[in-house]
Amino acid sequence: MGEFRMPSLGADMEAGKLVEWKVAPGDAVQRGQVVALVETEKGVVEVEVWESGVVGELLVEPGTKVPVGTLLATLAGPASVAAPQPPAAAAPVPAASHVLASPAAKQLAREHGVDLASVKGSGPHGVVTRDDVLRAVGQEPPRAPAPPSAPVLAAPAPPAAPPVGGFDAAAMRRAIAATMARSKREIPHYYLSADIDLTRARAWLDAENARRSVTERLLFASVLLRASALAIREVPEINGFFVDEIFRPSQAVHVGVAISLRQGGLVAPAIHDVDRKSVADVQAALLDLVARARAGRLRSSEMSDPTITVTNLGDQGVDAVFGVIYRPQVALVGFGRVAERPWASEGMLGVRAVVTATLAADHRVSDGHRGAVYLRAIDRLLQKPEEL
Amino acid sequence: MTATRRADVELAVESALAAVAPEADFATLDRKGNLREQLDIDSMDFLNFVVGVHRALGVDVPERDYAKLATFDACVEYLLAATVSSART
Repeated sequence: MGEFRMPSLGADMEAGKLVEWKVAPGDAVQRGQVVALVETEKGVVEVEVWESGVVGELLVEPGTKVPVGTLLATLAGPASVAAPQPPAAAAPVPAASHVLASPAAKQLAREHGVDLASVKGSGPHGVVTRDDVLRAVGQEPPRAPAPPSAPVLAAPAPPAAPPVGGFDAAAMRRAIAATMARSKREIPHYYLSADIDLTRARAWLDAENARRSVTERLLFASVLLRASALAIREVPEINGFFVDEIFRPSQAVHVGVAISLRQGGLVAPAIHDVDRKSVADVQAALLDLVARARAGRLRSSEMSDPTITVTNLGDQGVDAVFGVIYRPQVALVGFGRVAERPWASEGMLGVRAVVTATLAADHRVSDGHRGAVYLRAIDRLLQKPEEL
Repeated sequence: MTATRRADVELAVESALAAVAPEADFATLDRKGNLREQLDIDSMDFLNFVVGVHRALGVDVPERDYAKLATFDACVEYLLAATVSSART
């Protein structure tokens, strides 16, 4: 029997209100399917289920506010379901040795004699966390540090049709303040910046866009996102989560994108696997994500998955962005405006398209030297835009 | 150029702008003022606006002409000329 619990949709989220069930008892659900709307003080999010099966009992009534981790519904696994629907994609039952679990969870499981295969993971991609093991042994996990999830800075309250509750600017501002204050308090930030010559990238982009239809045109933002993701391969210690006093690097590169909401505030949901997408695919994902963020249709996986965040304030005319890291991530990349500037190279002074890239990173995990290597890698990648 | 055509183009521009800036009040918009500044439009919004215009009027605004769409009136004039040119060819 599976369980569907109130997810953590932000590092500081303690409770959420179940707004609406999208399923009913007996419904077959697929992994990744939206099954409920949940409202936090920061907004409404579409919440997905992480295993396929059939919905059992709905245990919480819409309108009820419950703590993170509260059992919301039961789920019968596909193996035990004799439903007339096409069989759900069989979710393999992992052998204990193949259970994805954090080092802290594994250690705790050994201490308590817990079989990790019997513990439902609440981390990204079902990773079993230390808190999951604590719950398995009947202990209430501490609220902080939270499991990897946290990019919600504000409510994805839609301008056109607020799903529920409308838009509470004051609550959103409080949430932003609390999240950022805690980040500044707990994370020993260091900051670096580097000016990057984008002349080649601009020429490549201009040529690409000249041959593309208007619906397929690329934005500089997509190119910068892609370069930021690829550069992580050289400095993996800026991609992941700092939880339980341990850095947990992420193999996946899910880039949180800071998106300003038109009614104020911002969210930073993830574009998944940016390192494995083409620039065009990154752009398509970015356009979709921004549209849904502004319409209040973000999904829980997008809120909980970012492994690093990129913010781009170039359109607002700023030269550089020195951001605050979103816990439990360990780095934030910023880009200012792409502008023509005087640029000296090989003894010659010319005019080049230049952007200032910045890195805010966590000194508990990396240092300035590695941060500099990362920014240099972005620079190098952008000098060969055709290879992005 | 007929009044109807101008009205159609103005409506298309308004609709495309409203899609990216739902809070826009076209009754008070300065039609000779900078659109990006008045409506807080970024490059992604602008791309979506251009795509919206393309879908409504069939005009593919090349990137090099983006600067010609700085104001509401400029958009209308540009698109009127483009639709006339398109009709002749």
